[in-house]
Amino acid sequence: MLNLLKRYWTVIRRPSLHFSLGILVLGGFTAGVIFWGGFNTAMEFTNTEQFCTSCHEMRDNVYAELKTTIHYSNRSGVRAVCSNCHVPHNWTDKIARKMQASKEVWGKVFGTIDTPEKFQAKRLELAQHEWARMKANDSLECRNCHNYDSMDFTRQSVRAQTMHSTYLASKEKTCIDCHKGIAHHLPAMPNGSGLGVTPR
Amino acid sequence: MNRLLQRLSATLCLGLALAVGTAQADTSPAPTSPTPPTSTMTKGAFTDAARGPTALTESTKPPVLGNAVNDDQRRTRNYAMQPPIIPHRVDGYQVDKNFNKCLDCHARANTGVSQAVPVSITHYLDRQGNVLAQVSTRRYFCQQCHVAQDAVKPIVDNTFQDVDTVIQRAKH
Repeated sequence: MLNLLKRYWTVIRRPSLHFSLGILVLGGFTAGVIFWGGFNTAMEFTNTEQFCTSCHEMRDNVYAELKTTIHYSNRSGVRAVCSNCHVPHNWTDKIARKMQASKEVWGKVFGTIDTPEKFQAKRLELAQHEWARMKANDSLECRNCHNYDSMDFTRQSVRAQTMHSTYLASKEKTCIDCHKGIAHHLPAMPNGSGLGVTPR
Repeated sequence: MNRLLQRLSATLCLGLALAVGTAQADTSPAPTSPTPPTSTMTKGAFTDAARGPTALTESTKPPVLGNAVNDDQRRTRNYAMQPPIIPHRVDGYQVDKNFNKCLDCHARANTGVSQAVPVSITHYLDRQGNVLAQVSTRRYFCQQCHVAQDAVKPIVDNTFQDVDTVIQRAKH
């Protein structure tokens, strides 16, 4: 094993005998472009709705719920797909999130939420992960489209004006604090969450 | 005497309407063109007044959806014990066994932040009159009684008078 490594090391260190510097540089550049392009294309593909809903866990649960909301169907036809809200747009954050998502591949392989019952049992925990993430980054994914500076309060209902000009303006609260469950159904809320709690 | 007059005028109106109807039928062009008559106007097709001129065998065009009132102005109740109406949009509110979007603002514990009208204390009583810490299950589905309003012109005029008006009238 060590010999093998040594052999490769000497090959790599030795100047090229047959290929010119130009070929090596151009070849390296082309290979780099192809590799980088392929990498990004593959990653973009994992950001498509088609990819997300190719698993029945997503298609039958969260995607079905999304379809009834304003983020899927509305008067102007502008809509959000899964990755708009669940994957950061910034490159480094995106890579970090994609690495985290390898846990989801594990879940898929071992069927963590492969029945509606299992999903319902786990959805509070999963939702809390997303809420924590959005709370931590000041609802960045909401703000990618919903720009606070461009919000015209006079075009909002009195109720919305009151809330946005106080809690949001003072940064005391961020979008997700009040707008939980706008794109998916909410799970049974634990007592003391401050949200509309079901009587038991 | 009054009633007789009323009946007479009604008969006259009916006669007039019939006459106009037959006149229109007479003036309509003879069915020489190969185009089939539009089904809604088919002569003799059985129609129901409540669903308009559409034949029973066809589906009616659904009415245009309203845009609910969203001004947050509380309305006067029309009578004692009327469930107050909802002066804002409630489209897509989740009210199910997991979560109640209305209580997100209207639960008594949340009204400090939301400044919403708290749910009436009666909603915290169970059938036996015991006071509960949370909204009673029998009062959980808000929109069984409270409804949002559309700004529409009433199809039928309403002559209802609330009890205050009746009392005022009686005094004079």
